[in-house]
Amino acid sequence: MASNKNININLKIWRQKDAKTKGKIETYKLDNVSTDSSFLEMLDQLNEQLVNNRQEPVAFDHDCREGICGMCSLYINGRAHGPDTAITTCQLHMRSFKDGDTIYVEPWRSKAFPVIKDLVVDRSAFDRIQQAGGFVSVNTSGRTIDANATPVPKHDADRSFEAAACIGCGACVASCKNGSAMLFAGAIVSKFALLPQGKVEATQRVMNIVRQMDEEGFGNCTNTGACEVECPKGISLENIARMNREYLFATLK
Amino acid sequence: MLDSKIPAGELSQKWTKYKDQLKLVAPNNRPKIDIIVVGTGLAGASAAASLGEMGYNVKAFCFQDSPRRAHSIAAQGGINAAKNYQNDGDSVYRLFYDTIKGGDYRAREANVHRLAEVSGNIIDQCVAQGVPFARDYGGMLDNRSFGGTQVQRTFYAAGQTGQQLLLGAYSALSRQIGQGNVQMYNRHEMLDIVKVGGKARGIIARNLITGELERHSAHAVIIASGGYGNVYFLSTNAMGSNVTAAWKIHKKGAYFANPCFVQIHPTCIPVHGTNQSKLTLMSESLRNSGRIWVPKKKEDAEAIRAGKLKPTQIAEEDRDYFLERRYPAFGNLVPRDVASRAAKERCDAGFGIENNDTQEGVYLDFSSEIISKGKQSAYAAGNHNPTDEEVIKLGKAWIEEKYGNLFQMYQKITDENPYETPMKIYPAVHYTMGGVWVDYNLQSTIPGCFVAGEANFSDHGANRLGASALMQGLADGYFVLPYTVSDYLAGDIRTGKIPTNTPEFDEAENSVRSSIEKFLNNNGTKTVDHFHKKLGHIMWNKVGMARNGQGLTEAVREIDELRKEFYRDVYVPGGAYELNPELEKALRVADFMELGQLMAMDALQRRESAGGHFREEYQDAEGETLRDDVNFNFVGAWEYGGSDINAETLHKEVLNYEYIKIAARNYK
Repeated sequence: MASNKNININLKIWRQKDAKTKGKIETYKLDNVSTDSSFLEMLDQLNEQLVNNRQEPVAFDHDCREGICGMCSLYINGRAHGPDTAITTCQLHMRSFKDGDTIYVEPWRSKAFPVIKDLVVDRSAFDRIQQAGGFVSVNTSGRTIDANATPVPKHDADRSFEAAACIGCGACVASCKNGSAMLFAGAIVSKFALLPQGKVEATQRVMNIVRQMDEEGFGNCTNTGACEVECPKGISLENIARMNREYLFATLK
Repeated sequence: MLDSKIPAGELSQKWTKYKDQLKLVAPNNRPKIDIIVVGTGLAGASAAASLGEMGYNVKAFCFQDSPRRAHSIAAQGGINAAKNYQNDGDSVYRLFYDTIKGGDYRAREANVHRLAEVSGNIIDQCVAQGVPFARDYGGMLDNRSFGGTQVQRTFYAAGQTGQQLLLGAYSALSRQIGQGNVQMYNRHEMLDIVKVGGKARGIIARNLITGELERHSAHAVIIASGGYGNVYFLSTNAMGSNVTAAWKIHKKGAYFANPCFVQIHPTCIPVHGTNQSKLTLMSESLRNSGRIWVPKKKEDAEAIRAGKLKPTQIAEEDRDYFLERRYPAFGNLVPRDVASRAAKERCDAGFGIENNDTQEGVYLDFSSEIISKGKQSAYAAGNHNPTDEEVIKLGKAWIEEKYGNLFQMYQKITDENPYETPMKIYPAVHYTMGGVWVDYNLQSTIPGCFVAGEANFSDHGANRLGASALMQGLADGYFVLPYTVSDYLAGDIRTGKIPTNTPEFDEAENSVRSSIEKFLNNNGTKTVDHFHKKLGHIMWNKVGMARNGQGLTEAVREIDELRKEFYRDVYVPGGAYELNPELEKALRVADFMELGQLMAMDALQRRESAGGHFREEYQDAEGETLRDDVNFNFVGAWEYGGSDINAETLHKEVLNYEYIKIAARNYK
């Protein structure tokens, strides 16, 4: 493919044995990294080298490696998912770096996402927000009305889809100086608010989601917009505005 | 003895009548019953949500940090349903027929018909949950077509249909977790099943953060752990996808069926180099708009590989649109295996276009679609004489709306702009159609152990045609298991809680612990990935897209030797009681080794070409598959025979086609 050359890099990686132990940055040198490799493939290569040298490999989260599961995280050179915009870490390729570069790799930094080990953090707070209200209360019998019985304007369906495209990776929280989860929660609220399905419980939904978000220790939104900039899926700040509106109406009811 | 438990009666009435006869568990008795669900992708999440909603106590397990990350999320193209919204003659029967035919007459009629019957309900269910499917301007659901069919029955949400369906199932599951009906165990991996009195009564799971082994008991266990494509190391599967849960139940008595049926997907991004960890699929829906070609002249192909020519410089008459040439009726929309083999045939003949040492790859070209859609858009906007630039601009906008995220994904990975130059694609391992043998109730040969979605084998054809695997996962979880599991559990309302301090649990936990310790104390010299890559190499070369008797015989022996070397020389760092990804991989690769050998054995005994299994010895003069319906019209179900995989016993479930006449599969 395009570049097809190898580079040598220096890595400064956050190592932390477990949640209770204090962590620190360790330095590694890695040679012959193909610029066609993804960032995670580069970490695989590092781990192969570490294991061969009888050293403990670096723990990091990853799974689908095609930008959709939301499992990969990583602060790379001070930015969530690294230097490119609108991508996950698995979509970041080593062609974004130069021979001899030093790259800093850290876990998500947020109180609500405690470190489990090395670069792995606990994002279960997101699940609990979802469990508090991120659903339509319809039973699973399949015997609901015909799918075409309720027309949905194309524009609304498309915007709902754009909000629903959130992958729950947590880059928004990690990039926010307040550690706010409003972009994530706003995406959930918007996804449903834009569709006729589930409208009847909209009031309860937004109240529950906001309550849970606060309980989890996420900060508030001060409209800095860092979340939107670092979101790999381009989830828009409009969703935060929509959640605020929904919340306001809910409290007025 | 294999009893498929297919109910008697008219095909279209089987499921309806059968449901009326199944036993029920009354609502007040359901809280007395525990159910374990392993895996929370489309099949597992929908099953756990449905059973939780019914009032059973459900414990659900996944190895990721959240059920929302299951690999179902990566499915791009769509989900089929026989709704006939497009008035193009679709019906339950046609969906059933296409699926059986697509499966090369190696699937069960009754299962596939049931799948087609409930397909419409799936769409209704998902829309009610707030899944934002694509809509037309009248507000109605939009459809597109997919490989292997001549109607538009595929519902979609851009190129992220799997994501939206999974988020639907995840939200239903989240609702049940929030209400306390389902207990969710994230970052847990099932490492063994526990049988008491011959029945499935629990599992041993490892908490992947603390490394603790946990005992969980239940009255029934559902395995929905996905497919085993990662046996090839390079596949489109997520890195964590594994066969462990399915393989552990196999070792405890569940038969494993048709392991050799592996779907090779025709449109993946080609391999870039030796450090590659996985392959990325480009949705098959792209074949609706893209035309597949390689250069007609060998010297052009060589010039492209050498970087001296660009694909856009090859004149129209010098391009070989080989699918359109060979299969005029279906063209670029032939089924996956047909398209894959045709691409391999061209590359093997020296027409591949990739400029690396594999020389593999064909073009998927959108230029004619850009022009035709651009003209349409201009016309619709009242511009009946658009300039070429206007046409191309509008055409690109159309493509972006339909496939934007896929084009972006391709560009991120390859650093090439597919709006300007054709995509390069090549086949890769994608979906496994074999799996744990189950009867009509989705119950394995272990009583009380059910298997759903990609982990089972049952709706083989459904998994082979595009946009059908999602349908099967949700059908199993939402609409089949709630009935059949209840029928089984009706006998358990007086059993009471299953204790976990019994010899059966002791034994299972001890055996898991000893295999973990063996790896950690092994002190070998090579990494787990070293062995996994070697295994993948054998599998792709000898049990891959095309197999032959000699290669398969060699594969069985080579895997045997590799497995011995693996146990002798693997090095697994770290400890048992911590987050230890190397240990997790080692335990999974151990199972892949055994399964890989069984896949080769299964392919060796199936002396025919059928359903994603292509034996080079069995093809006609034009390279098309030669099925043998006299001798191989059966499901091959393997019974474990101890640590020597060669001691597995093959059982045959003969497939009776009562309603469909078996015919040659012809896409010309």
